[in-house]
Amino acid sequence: MSSIVALTGNDAVGTAMKQINPDVVAAFPITPQTELMHKFADFVANGEVDTEFVLVESEHSAMSAVIGSSACGARSMTATSSCGFALMWELLYVAASCRFPIVMAVVNRALSANINIHCDHSDTMGGRDAGWIQIYSENSQEAYDNTIQAVKIAENPSILLPVMITLDGFIISHTTETLNILDGKDVRDWIGEYNPKRSLLDIKNPFTIGPLDLQDYYFEHKRQQAEVINNSYDVIVEVGKEYGKLTGREYDLIEKYMTEDAEIAVIVLGSTAGTTKEAVDILREEGIKAGMIKLRVFRPFPYKELREALSNFKVISVLDRCISFGAYGGPVFNEIKAALYGISSPPEITNYIYGLGGRDVGIEEIKSVYYDMKRISEGEKVKDYINYLGVRE
Amino acid sequence: MSKELGWKKLPMGGIIEEAGNASSYETGTWRSFKPVFHPEICIQCLFCWIYCPDGAIIVEDSKVKGINFFHCKGCGICSRECPTKVKSITMEQEI
Repeated sequence: MSSIVALTGNDAVGTAMKQINPDVVAAFPITPQTELMHKFADFVANGEVDTEFVLVESEHSAMSAVIGSSACGARSMTATSSCGFALMWELLYVAASCRFPIVMAVVNRALSANINIHCDHSDTMGGRDAGWIQIYSENSQEAYDNTIQAVKIAENPSILLPVMITLDGFIISHTTETLNILDGKDVRDWIGEYNPKRSLLDIKNPFTIGPLDLQDYYFEHKRQQAEVINNSYDVIVEVGKEYGKLTGREYDLIEKYMTEDAEIAVIVLGSTAGTTKEAVDILREEGIKAGMIKLRVFRPFPYKELREALSNFKVISVLDRCISFGAYGGPVFNEIKAALYGISSPPEITNYIYGLGGRDVGIEEIKSVYYDMKRISEGEKVKDYINYLGVRE
Repeated sequence: MSKELGWKKLPMGGIIEEAGNASSYETGTWRSFKPVFHPEICIQCLFCWIYCPDGAIIVEDSKVKGINFFHCKGCGICSRECPTKVKSITMEQEI
């Protein structure tokens, strides 16, 4: 059974967390994640969940606490944003390396300085090498759906990796939208009970977590991590299909929009995918064969699917809501270029850094990207491969 | 713990499944300084045994007998805590 409700993105994820009813949640407030935890704290105070809710003194402690509880076999969750995410940095690697299936919602926000509370993806993009699975959401519905799926992906016995799901700060987190939510019991039945193989509380079977690991074994452990996150593609797809059977909303690694006959396409992740779909619809009315690819899963990077999906376009533009100083373009652009290297007659690829610090990106800006692509597809020479969309000169 | 295990055979997450196996891990190679025990002036207070963070002071029949160099990292706490005026454990450069 499901119902249609009006919720902000934060409330949607808070509701998903209530329905998941995790054993432990540890969190520290940071805008724009704060309301998410307000909501969840309400559920705790009202006795609607059985969760041990730990209020900590920093995000470093929040991640440490859920690492500890996860090591004890508890289903553990947290949420953060921006600088809070940055403060977790050291522990992000620990959570992934020790294979703790922690689920974290990250409400994307720019990093300081100067202080900015609004959306860009610099926080989670900075954590892309930490070994976590990363799933980006386009709207509140997806943020809700991804949170529930994340538990099932993380706790798959062959994976056991932490998963972060993201939602764009304010644009999704503070905007009320209608969405379908499941009945709480259906969520719990679907994710099932978490039965970890090991727990530190099991004193009859003691073991050591996170010991010294030097030249003799560290490399082998990193090689294992590389293998397991690469094995998670299939699990993510399988969970997305199962979720589709439950809800009618199926999820994949990438989403294609109007790509079948498209000659030019934007690749984007997060809420701007919604704006881009609008732009594509308008451009189609103008007779332009525009398409869009949404990158839902950024880690592991679905290079095979992208290679297949992108090879037939004439021109593609990658939208990065993140700036990678000194790099050749944004992180998504970089990886897509690398993925397409070596295919025969690859599309021309340009990059647009956009929306930093919450700078609004509307349909007109997105359309201008398509017009640029159209001219290139008609033979115009690319002026700049790395562009900044919507910045004042 | 075999030294030969490859990544496919190691337990996941870098865990050690066998409890208490640190005793089979040689840390003696880390020393820059080496404790030298002088039994003739030792008053058998056992402070070194209490303070040693690696349990590397060998005690038999309630008496300090020497140092376990397989584990001793050469931190020097034993020498520092030794209360005899002329230290019963002195630190020397490891060669």
